[in-house]
Amino acid sequence: MLLKLVPENTHYRFMWLRRYSFPLSALIAVASIVLFFTVGLNFGIDFKGGTVIEMKTNESPADIAQIRADLGTLDLGDVQVQSFGGPDEVLVRIQQQDGGEPAQQAAVAKVRSSFENRVEFRRIEVVGPRVSGELAQAGTIAVISALVVILFYIWFRFEWQFAIGAIVTTINDIIVTVGLFVVLQLEFSLSSIAAILTIIGYSLNDTVVVYDRIRENLRRYKKMALPELLDRSINEMLSRTVMTSVTTLLALIALYIFGGEVIRTFTLAMIFGIVIGTYSSIFLAAPMLIFLNLRPGGGQAKADKEDKEEDDSAAAPA
Amino acid sequence: MLYFARWKIALIVLVVLAGLVSTLPNFFSTETLRQMPDWLPKRQIVLGLDLQGGAYLLYEVDKQDYIQKRLKTLVGDIRQTLREEPRIGYTGLGVQGQGVQVRIRDVQRIDEARNRLSELANPLVSSLFGGQQVNEFTLDVSEDGLVRFTFTEEGLAQRVRSIVQQSIEVIRRRVDELGTTEPNIQRQGEDRILVEAPGENDPQRLKALVGQTAQLTFHMVDVSMSAEQALQTRPPAGTVVMDSIDEPPIPYLLEEAPLLSGEDLVDAQVSFDQRTNEPVVNFRFNTSGARKFAIVTQQNVGRPFAIVLDSEVISAPVIREPITGGSGQISGSFDVESANDLAVLLRAGALPAKLTVVEERSIGPGLGQDSIDAGRLASLIGAAAVVIFMVLAYGRFGVMADIALTANILLIFGALTFLQATLTLPGIAGIVLTIGMAVDANVLIFERIREESRAGRSAISAIDAGYSRALGTILDANITTLIAAVILFQLGSGPIRGFAVTLAIGIFTTVFSAFTFSRLLVALWVRWRRPSHLPI
Repeated sequence: MLLKLVPENTHYRFMWLRRYSFPLSALIAVASIVLFFTVGLNFGIDFKGGTVIEMKTNESPADIAQIRADLGTLDLGDVQVQSFGGPDEVLVRIQQQDGGEPAQQAAVAKVRSSFENRVEFRRIEVVGPRVSGELAQAGTIAVISALVVILFYIWFRFEWQFAIGAIVTTINDIIVTVGLFVVLQLEFSLSSIAAILTIIGYSLNDTVVVYDRIRENLRRYKKMALPELLDRSINEMLSRTVMTSVTTLLALIALYIFGGEVIRTFTLAMIFGIVIGTYSSIFLAAPMLIFLNLRPGGGQAKADKEDKEEDDSAAAPA
Repeated sequence: MLYFARWKIALIVLVVLAGLVSTLPNFFSTETLRQMPDWLPKRQIVLGLDLQGGAYLLYEVDKQDYIQKRLKTLVGDIRQTLREEPRIGYTGLGVQGQGVQVRIRDVQRIDEARNRLSELANPLVSSLFGGQQVNEFTLDVSEDGLVRFTFTEEGLAQRVRSIVQQSIEVIRRRVDELGTTEPNIQRQGEDRILVEAPGENDPQRLKALVGQTAQLTFHMVDVSMSAEQALQTRPPAGTVVMDSIDEPPIPYLLEEAPLLSGEDLVDAQVSFDQRTNEPVVNFRFNTSGARKFAIVTQQNVGRPFAIVLDSEVISAPVIREPITGGSGQISGSFDVESANDLAVLLRAGALPAKLTVVEERSIGPGLGQDSIDAGRLASLIGAAAVVIFMVLAYGRFGVMADIALTANILLIFGALTFLQATLTLPGIAGIVLTIGMAVDANVLIFERIREESRAGRSAISAIDAGYSRALGTILDANITTLIAAVILFQLGSGPIRGFAVTLAIGIFTTVFSAFTFSRLLVALWVRWRRPSHLPI
């Protein structure tokens, strides 16, 4: 082949790295949690309420200082103005107004009448306090219920150690992704929840593929010590893991560069999530099984749940 | 795994062709499609508001406003009931929090008062409790003559439900008049109404039309004192001061009880005043309204009356002669658009309660088009990158995976078109993500084939084992993503839901194309070339 990202028959010793990968991941996860509670997420209007107005100015480039000054005279409280996409495109964020939904509408009306002649309003989004509260709740419920349902699915398909390992790994991925949002102060909106759910899906996808091979090898090499077996499984799947990550990243990078400003944060989160998901399925999900005592004593095979494994008929070649 | 029955081959090819046929109309303009024969499929993908531009408005029934209004009417009803002969003396009648309170003077007549008032507790037929009757109010009467009406929870809920229902009808009539194409108006939860107007590029006007209560009333103007005087002192009993819509507003002193209201209207049209050539709104009453109007105008020739819309005086003409024909004219300072909007509002009727915008998202057509262009470019480049990469990594098998990927994309678009699911910008992202991940199924299979081949199997046996062993893995891996997509669909509205839909459809088409289509391609190739070793 013209391109071989991963050589054949690799024998990297991934398990040996767990004494570095575990503390490192734990450190990053703890740092993310600390940052989450100290610095905090940059919540978008979906969860905080408020108004976002995207406008295209008649002159190019847009005079952001002037727009900021003009908005300042309207008495709308905290207003942020930033360029967005092209040089003549500006994004205005207006904080939640005191006085509930009618006050929000009044604020938008003020901005409209003040800028009507100078700009084209490309997007106006107003989210009231009640709706934003509900969205935040719905988003949290969605992420948690996704985790629970998937936990049960993996528990049903594999043994409990796999389910725990997969969920702990996935939670780690979520925490670190949220950490990225905090560190870069990316706007956290409803689409960020969508990105996180996708990352959950992808990360588990990756983890399940590796676990699948581990389960197969557990039956094939009944005497092999667990760390050695895990290393072997990961090496066998390494080519696939890298290939899939690369194609997915190729598609997402195209989306990041050409897909427009509106979904850029969404795409960035997913790119990050794919990288983290790939890392964690190799360096966290697999070694976690050693900690969870998947094969006590290292050499002795554990009784398999044969009744559940109908599609892979053990070692003997068909 | 490499043997296919003829009917299976036919079926697989048919599915892919169906995807192609269903996708095709998207490549033509609606104009071209109209000219094509009828038997061809013509449905195109439904674009979300974020792609075609439009307005998304979420309204909520203002319960407090409704409760206050309802309690006010209840006060009036109680007053009337107690004043009926033989009168029952009472004191302290008024709204108290979420209820109405009144004290019966004569403790001896409490039972009589209770009997009379109990009718006002107003039984409603509940749709929720299987047609059971629920009372709108509970009636508490204490020993010492204190009577209290309080909203029951079910009664209020029932009222809110019917308000939402009525409002939807009214809004639909109004939006239809605006000429918006395919608006979506529906109930959302207990007390909310969603209005989606695709392609609507003036959300301000839409909002003005949808959100206005449009309660039209006719009041006599009280000329016993000027409005300024009334404001300074205190308006006489049964009168109220209302401002006009002029800038600056002019206050009018009006009799509080309306003579007539918008419910008596049957029609309203814009026309032009013959003298001033200004736009005016002509309206017509129904029979009973016309009769009332005739009597009132007969009795009050020479006095001014006011036409009031939502507590604002539009105009206050003097009655010159009795109007017996049942029609009238509202002239204010209208332009054609505002006159037209008023006519629309009057024709569609008033909203039963005030509505508040709790969420608004409007996207201009410019941004929508930009997003489509960006999404298209990103998908093409992303797909091209993946396709090239696959050929570089897997050679001939990569080409087959690419053909399967193309079929996969066709199937996604075909399914979206066929199901008339809405494509949004995050939805496009979902497709791009699927393009990246779809390859995974093929990669899993090919890697497995490589392994089996290295383990010393013959080409055909390795391919066979590769497919059958990868199946379980692929299913497990895709089901986890599918679970995430389904939950996302539950959570999401609009754009996010579009993402969940394409992701879910993508999972099905991916598994299909990897397990049937690409396997078929490999099988045909094996049958054709009979390879002894694998080019993989």
